[in-house]
Amino acid sequence: MTDKKGNGPANGTPGHAANAANGANGSVPKQQNEAGEVIGVRRGMFGANNGGDTSGYGGLVRTVRLPGASSRPYGGWFDEVADELEGALEEQGLLPGNAIEKTVVDRDELTFHIHREHLLQVARTCRDDPALRFELCTGVSGVHFLEDKGRELHAVYHLRSITHNRLIRLEVTAPDADPHIPSVVEVYPTNDWHEREVYDFFGLIFDGHPALTRIMMPDDWQGFPQRKDYSLGGIPVEYKGAQIPAPDQRRSYS
Amino acid sequence: MSHPSPDRPSSSPSGAQQPTQHATAGIRETTEGTVYDVTGGDWDEIAAHAAKSDDERIIVNMGPQHPSTHGVLRLILEIDGETVTEARCGIGYLHTGIEKNLEYRTWTQGTTFVTRMDYLTPFFNETAYCMAVEKLLGIEDEIPDRANVIRVLLMELNRLSSHLVAIATGGMELGATTVMIFGFRDRELVLDLYELITGLRMNHAYIRPGGLSQDLPPGAVDALREFIKKMRKNLPEYDALCTGSPVFKARLQDIGHLDLAGCMALGATGPVLRSAGLPHDLRKAQPYCGYETYDFEVPTVDTCDSYGRFLLRLEEMRQSLRIVEQCVDRLEPGPVMVGDKKIAWPAQLALGPDGLGNSLDHIKNIMGTSMEALIHHFKLVTEGFRVPPGQTYAAVESPKGELGVHAVSDGGTRPYRVHFRDPSFTNLQAMAAMCEGGQVADVIVAVASLDPVMGGVDR
Repeated sequence: MTDKKGNGPANGTPGHAANAANGANGSVPKQQNEAGEVIGVRRGMFGANNGGDTSGYGGLVRTVRLPGASSRPYGGWFDEVADELEGALEEQGLLPGNAIEKTVVDRDELTFHIHREHLLQVARTCRDDPALRFELCTGVSGVHFLEDKGRELHAVYHLRSITHNRLIRLEVTAPDADPHIPSVVEVYPTNDWHEREVYDFFGLIFDGHPALTRIMMPDDWQGFPQRKDYSLGGIPVEYKGAQIPAPDQRRSYS
Repeated sequence: MSHPSPDRPSSSPSGAQQPTQHATAGIRETTEGTVYDVTGGDWDEIAAHAAKSDDERIIVNMGPQHPSTHGVLRLILEIDGETVTEARCGIGYLHTGIEKNLEYRTWTQGTTFVTRMDYLTPFFNETAYCMAVEKLLGIEDEIPDRANVIRVLLMELNRLSSHLVAIATGGMELGATTVMIFGFRDRELVLDLYELITGLRMNHAYIRPGGLSQDLPPGAVDALREFIKKMRKNLPEYDALCTGSPVFKARLQDIGHLDLAGCMALGATGPVLRSAGLPHDLRKAQPYCGYETYDFEVPTVDTCDSYGRFLLRLEEMRQSLRIVEQCVDRLEPGPVMVGDKKIAWPAQLALGPDGLGNSLDHIKNIMGTSMEALIHHFKLVTEGFRVPPGQTYAAVESPKGELGVHAVSDGGTRPYRVHFRDPSFTNLQAMAAMCEGGQVADVIVAVASLDPVMGGVDR
């Protein structure tokens, strides 16, 4: 295995030399040329929303955005991977723009946002193309953005290339109303349990999965616990007389 | 165990030809909630069918309560005589919703949860989580050297204790109880060090975003040197006891076979992958916490079997001990937390007569002299710090393989989502591939060679 320090995403790619300088104040590296995905709006400052905020910050409104699309050059090996992926997709007769919604470089990590209908093809290309060779998928992680209308459910895949010592991220979204994403189990069999876990917790249905059943929760469980509209506690539990105060009874900071 | 009894009355002698009347699962609403029924008339049919076939196929539930399944792991085995024809895992018995709980606590409090995931590798969970938070904050380059050295030191001690448990329980499951006694004896030495350094034997929450919760206590370096000396003497005992022993080899060799292609497809990492001959180790491939500056080797074997994994764990323990020694040698005085007062808690914890807690000097200061310090302390401890929106993935090489953390922030004081890619969870998928076609007794050996910990699998 190579241990070239400058080559891995963990070690800062050349294109991100500027970011190291402003890393101190914790700001999001690199000015994005596109506004980024809005995932919510914060109001006020101290979590009081019944008029009790007398701090003077009660009228504060802040939009929460995830980092938006980046423009070339991405820096380091990111351009090489992006070129290879786009080229390989084009060779297969798929216009890269149709498959890749946007490419985001943030915190020295490369993310391809993929349209869900092309996920399988992109994953297969990532695995098989000799210049990409992402042999290892480290599973899928679900994220639920309640206020990101039409794109509430995100599935995030991290692909590792042992050959080239690289790591990329694929991100796919699905609306709550149609929570379907193609399964990548036939490309990465390791995702079998991972997809079951995401289904179990988020209700994302992975089409083509060999046996999509609950894996952690009991089979007859209702609801998907890791969704943001599923409260922590406050639901009836099996133990007699037990009561758990709902989290909205507790204080939270906006 | 569900062995069909031949004298069971059969409702449909020619059941296979008739249109089967499977009662489907039903749902009933009761005052207590929804009740699901999966009863039906098809049991008779199954029993009759099984009685007609002359094989000895039975389905055995091994677990969830079974001493040799490493916690509450349920193995569902279809066996034909002594041969396992199909094997499946039932997991989730130890699911505690840690990932969900994390979303309701501050980023700093998160370490208290993650340390409980894979309870045999707490420092790896903490480090991986803290690396993810630090990456989101953009402060990963500002972690003090001393904090990084202590992190590496604790992780390598943890690798020792985790591998010791793997070897000890693995030996016990074979009936080699001496290995178990030795393993737990040596693990106790490591746990004593944990207790000295963090105040606790497990569930430390010692590593925090930005550094460590406190510095090494006085006497830690001497205790570490004493430990290294002792372990140098103790480690060869495992070799003397097991390596090359004909009985041990007979049980482990060629059992739990998983080749490189299988490992890659199933995402197996750690000793399982290295037993297939690929020297993939994140400490070398994507160094973190300064691993690139330590002198150690990544051992591999190409036997693809349980015996190879046992040898690997032994060798990795020797390498870990080497790293521990280097850590102790390069410990320099200095801070163990980032300088940013908006992230670092205003005072480090102090060891009092009743255990680890608030520093009394600090309490005196904020209660008696400085109102602003009190406000700052209160805000930071109750509200926490904000983390800029975005997501990141941080991974460390845990004793079991790649431990990855996918952390998402929405700019708030609490994690929006934290997902742990636990190596036990992923590696356990390989159980079926390793066990099917083998003997029942070998299932135990194969599972032991994966070294799953259900706290990590179920989280």
